[in-house]
Amino acid sequence: MINLKNSDPKFKWEIIKKEGGEGLLKCFGCSDCAASCPVRYFDERYNPRKIIRLTILGMRDKVLSSPFLWFCAHCHACTERCPQGIKVAELINAIKNYAVEQGYCPDGYKMQLELLQKMGRLYEVEDFDLKKRQRLGLPPIDKTIPEVAKILEQTNILKVLKK
Amino acid sequence: MKKYAFFLGCTVPVRAQHYELSARNVAKELNIELVDMPGASCCGFPMKAVDAETSLLIAARNVALASQLQLDLVTLCNSCTAMLSDAQLQLTNKEFHDKFKRLGLSYPYEVKVKHFVRMLYEDIGIENIRKSVKKPLNPLKIMPHYGCHYMRPSHLYSFDNPEIPHTLDELVRVTGAESLDYADKMMCCGGSVLGIDEDLAVTMANHKLSIAKDLGTDAIVSICPFCTVMYEDNQRKAEAKFNTQYGIPVLYYPQLLGLSLGFDGNAIGLRFNRIKPNGIMKKIAM
Repeated sequence: MINLKNSDPKFKWEIIKKEGGEGLLKCFGCSDCAASCPVRYFDERYNPRKIIRLTILGMRDKVLSSPFLWFCAHCHACTERCPQGIKVAELINAIKNYAVEQGYCPDGYKMQLELLQKMGRLYEVEDFDLKKRQRLGLPPIDKTIPEVAKILEQTNILKVLKK
Repeated sequence: MKKYAFFLGCTVPVRAQHYELSARNVAKELNIELVDMPGASCCGFPMKAVDAETSLLIAARNVALASQLQLDLVTLCNSCTAMLSDAQLQLTNKEFHDKFKRLGLSYPYEVKVKHFVRMLYEDIGIENIRKSVKKPLNPLKIMPHYGCHYMRPSHLYSFDNPEIPHTLDELVRVTGAESLDYADKMMCCGGSVLGIDEDLAVTMANHKLSIAKDLGTDAIVSICPFCTVMYEDNQRKAEAKFNTQYGIPVLYYPQLLGLSLGFDGNAIGLRFNRIKPNGIMKKIAM
């Protein structure tokens, strides 16, 4: 049940300002995105149309606190079929980015962020891996790429880890 | 000779060396030079859901490394391809380019980003590959799995058909193998939700595995390390969850192509495939 008394009229404008959020108000609710969605095909708890409608209606807490927001696989099946030309996967991503800003970052992403800060890559390159590469005749690779941490500092994204 | 900067990403160089090895050997055979990119990092995609701008800057730095080499860039991973293609496009936007420059980076050469398989299709071409095939893989029935970010979103790529794709099918057929046509060809492997809900991810992977079994598939051909994680590494979990048996090998496309070019198992790292493709090797030896 949606109670519009809880609606935050500013919410949709916050999303529109985010990278990828521009198309939000073009949605007329046809549900092509939900019909094309491979995640929704298997689990109806995720429904991109519902997330977009709730966002337009200003149901801020309902959208941001939903664990199902993170079910979007970013596969772009929806983007290809939206009759309004909305980059739907980018729009859902904009809502995820906003949720992160508001303190709703899943732990898995925090872990990945820490790995990137430490190594600049997701998997640690151990001596074992380098030896295996050498045996196969593959060239060596850098164990760490510290330049990635510099980018993370510039965009101030590491503050996510403190929330 | 065609020459490209070779972007490996996170997964391939430590978890899928057989993909890298087979791609390098196929490239050598087809007279393609792959130039390594010292200092290349994660593509940035894993951070997109956290902050799109951060992920794009990480990606743009990698594109800039290719730009310093004055080379177009090829990747082995679908998501790396999408992320780096997006960054390449963003670099034409002044506001983004200014942020990029503040990192002390420069972009002297306009880089084209391509998946390795797209490069084979567009820059080498089916007819040229056909001339190099020494051992047609006629008896094999192969299920091509494209993966989402090979040609989607189409506004980044303008390549192949995002609803009814054909390029990987053609590349499978040029090896002499049959490329199976099947429903839900563009179904997602589930890899992107593996970290959020493993049960859902395995259910998604199972969909295509069950189709593969019904069609009597000899092997699924993948072009993305994450899709392979779902169809190969998680195949046992799908079997357990759905109380069935698959045992379907998953080959990377350069491995399949390598077999048709006459390579032995070592040259394509066949012993690193977790589901042993012994059945395939027997069939093609006959």
